[in-house]
Amino acid sequence: MTPFKARRRGGMTATFDPAEAGVIANLAGQVIELLRDRNGAQVTDADPLVSELGLGGPSQPPEDPVLQRLLPDAYRDNPDDSAEFRRFTESALTSAKVANAETVLATLVAGGLDLTDESATQVEIELGPDEVQAWLRSLTDVRLSLAVRLGIETEEDAMLLENSSDQALVAMGELYDWLGYVQETLVQALS
Amino acid sequence: MTAPTPIEIDQPDVRDVVELENPWVTVVWNDPVNLMSYVAYVFRNYFGYSEQKATKLMLAVHNEGKAVVSSGRREQMERHVQAMHEYGLWATLQRADV
Repeated sequence: MTPFKARRRGGMTATFDPAEAGVIANLAGQVIELLRDRNGAQVTDADPLVSELGLGGPSQPPEDPVLQRLLPDAYRDNPDDSAEFRRFTESALTSAKVANAETVLATLVAGGLDLTDESATQVEIELGPDEVQAWLRSLTDVRLSLAVRLGIETEEDAMLLENSSDQALVAMGELYDWLGYVQETLVQALS
Repeated sequence: MTAPTPIEIDQPDVRDVVELENPWVTVVWNDPVNLMSYVAYVFRNYFGYSEQKATKLMLAVHNEGKAVVSSGRREQMERHVQAMHEYGLWATLQRADV
């Protein structure tokens, strides 16, 4: 990967190896799938007006720990207010996160990502200002998701991963670190 | 001709006054995932804070585990919390006096 570089008018460019681009696309796709599963599972509200207005999303927090982190409670120690807030906002938040991840996929494809062609060359992405925002947020969602799966609850946990005897965990930990690096170059290029 | 009907003026509700003086706050909590640079960027970009203020708040989150990043009406704080959640930051709202 070559780090993100600022271009004119708030744009950004970066280059990824096909495998790197494929990994990002895969993880962004998993976030979309997870969020869509949650959305699809929502119970239809009995009140037709509420359904028509698109209100009345789920009020209970998700059971999946990754979704709990992506769609957290808005009130600490106040389940009733959290449920009310969630009912009115979770659908919009979910849609925003899905749209961000879809932008990541679309810009990777536009940059030459072809999952069916293993001999593909470098993936060169070009982002406009809005796409930069989508990448920032979606990379965060992907890293939050991985961190939950890796059991990272403290800053030490992340560093201890490399000593794990489980090679799959070590590899996933390296991927997590690398995504942090990708995001860091994006933030630095914005500053 | 008409004249305004005399109306009884209610005593101002003390709770309303308290509400104004002690508004709601948005709290951002530390997490082990978000990059320090990113958190400071979000505070600059979303709230429009100066580099200095954004960095100070980011360090407060990092070192003290949380920081109040904004205060105001409840609805405003709800919008901020939702925005923070879209950025992937862990945020909640609460009364300022809690």
